[in-house]
Amino acid sequence: MSLGYLAGRFGALLVVVWLAVSINFVLPRLTPGDPIEERFAQMAQSSGGQGDVTAMIQEYRAKFGLDQPLWKQYLNYWGSLFRLDLGYSLQHFPERVSDRIVSALPWTIGLLATSMLIGFVLGTLLGSFMAWPSSPRALTFFVPVFMLLSAIPYYLLGIVLVFFLAIVWKILPPAGGYSFSGVLGFDLATITDLLSHATLPALAIVLGGIGSWALGMRGMMISVLGEDYITMASAKGLRQRTIFLRYGLRTCMLPQFTHLALALGHIVSGAILVEVIFSYPGIGLKLIEAIRAKDYTVIQGIVLMLTVSLSVAMFAIDLVYPLIDPRIAYRRK
Amino acid sequence: MVSATRSARLDLGFVRTFPALTAGLAIILLIAVFALAGPLLVDARGARVGAFRPSTPPAADHALGTDTQGRDVLVALTLATPQTIRIALIAGVIGLGIGTILGLLAGYFGGATDTVIRTLSDTLITIPGILVLVLVAANLRTISVELMGVIVACLAWMYPTRAIRSQTLTLRERAYIQVARLNGVGGLELVLREVLPNLFPYIAASFVGAVSGAVLATIGLEVLGLGPQNSITLGMMIYWGQFYGAVLRGMWWWWGPPLVLIVMIFVGLLLTSVGMDSLIDARLRRSA
Repeated sequence: MSLGYLAGRFGALLVVVWLAVSINFVLPRLTPGDPIEERFAQMAQSSGGQGDVTAMIQEYRAKFGLDQPLWKQYLNYWGSLFRLDLGYSLQHFPERVSDRIVSALPWTIGLLATSMLIGFVLGTLLGSFMAWPSSPRALTFFVPVFMLLSAIPYYLLGIVLVFFLAIVWKILPPAGGYSFSGVLGFDLATITDLLSHATLPALAIVLGGIGSWALGMRGMMISVLGEDYITMASAKGLRQRTIFLRYGLRTCMLPQFTHLALALGHIVSGAILVEVIFSYPGIGLKLIEAIRAKDYTVIQGIVLMLTVSLSVAMFAIDLVYPLIDPRIAYRRK
Repeated sequence: MVSATRSARLDLGFVRTFPALTAGLAIILLIAVFALAGPLLVDARGARVGAFRPSTPPAADHALGTDTQGRDVLVALTLATPQTIRIALIAGVIGLGIGTILGLLAGYFGGATDTVIRTLSDTLITIPGILVLVLVAANLRTISVELMGVIVACLAWMYPTRAIRSQTLTLRERAYIQVARLNGVGGLELVLREVLPNLFPYIAASFVGAVSGAVLATIGLEVLGLGPQNSITLGMMIYWGQFYGAVLRGMWWWWGPPLVLIVMIFVGLLLTSVGMDSLIDARLRRSA
């Protein structure tokens, strides 16, 4: 691929990261109030007064670097980010923010990766079948169903699923990542336990996303099937299956990937909120805990980490594009 | 006699050509009537904490039961719906306003203005809105309904900007714009009198999209508990329900009705936006 394309995409990544970090830095400092003073006020409230704490506040301010001029704090912020130091959690001091995030990350990645993959593959396949003329008529029933499903956010679907599958008919566990009793080990019991707890959140994400994938794929397949080369292919005598796979499906995969890249942020946000509904021990749960406890450093750390990783993921997808469709790298933006 | 049957046939023709649009508008109209007329018909005191016996399932005197704080759910629902719609409308109008202005400027004047606006909107689109909103909302002490609308609007302007910009780029090359320019009509006047009126269908479509996105962002924030503290909204009803374990305790009458209303709003907006697409692009219409 051309260097210009690479440079352009990398430049976009840098701009987004810079914007995200700057917003993350500026926003908390715009609001009146000082987290350290607030912390002390909270402690005073629960322990009935502390006397003169100004010296302690100064000490902590110096320690956290909050007494230096703003531009210096900004540079310090960038410096610490390069060292992957996101600061200390205000609520669970002295636990570091990065440690809190890292402990929750495997759960989120596991849930997100599997459910996104399943939803994308199922949705794309279903959508392409719905567009194929020789499919069973019954598939057209799914079109309005999918339209309805795609309009509902994942977490609301999650609530409905919890109610029906975990409360009314007690098939699956309603919350958590693993049962409270029992020891976690590398055995079948643990794995089934983990899987059964992950099923409902995954189902919410899959059902929430499948509608838009299927409908998008269906729309594209319908327009592709009207093309002349499809008529030519069947006139040549190619098998239906070959035409479907190599002429129809392959052509539509690229726009589907584009939609995937664009929807990545939306899917991740939806998954975070699903974790909140299910108390699934991922990033989402850590986020809402931090919000409830007013743990600003953790909130900022999570928001920043998510934004940066999403931008990096989109950059990686942008790099993969020219491999799928060589025209893209040579097209002037 | 003849004209009466002809106008009746015309109406059915509209419904048949634009089935999605009619359905969507019907749903939205229904919700609007509920939101506007509802608060006038119920006693607002029923939504106060401790008004009735808590946690009662739906019965004759409380059509939707009560929540764990003794509030009548039906009254709360009637009061919450207009608040949610207010947030969505404020966010949609502000977002659309900013988006239209920026899109017009970028599309019509081009050059550096265009590059700056386009880079800004393209990069901000990639940042998931809800994350920035979480950051903003978590840092504010109390959030009112209007403030919530403004916050959500800050991340709702990007899509309208892009849509209006691309339409302006197309319209700029039309003959009547060239003629007006040759006639000496100035830049701003040209934009307002010639370009803007032709953008109305796209502005309307962008408005529906902006409101839909605003509702999504609002409910998302409220589910995290970052909504308005002093007013009831649909999302906050679900949040409090979850907070007090209504889902796990099977109190479906608390979180169910707000959920159904939210889904109705989403479905109505979706159908309307699909219908508007077919209104704008005549090829997408079903032949009457």
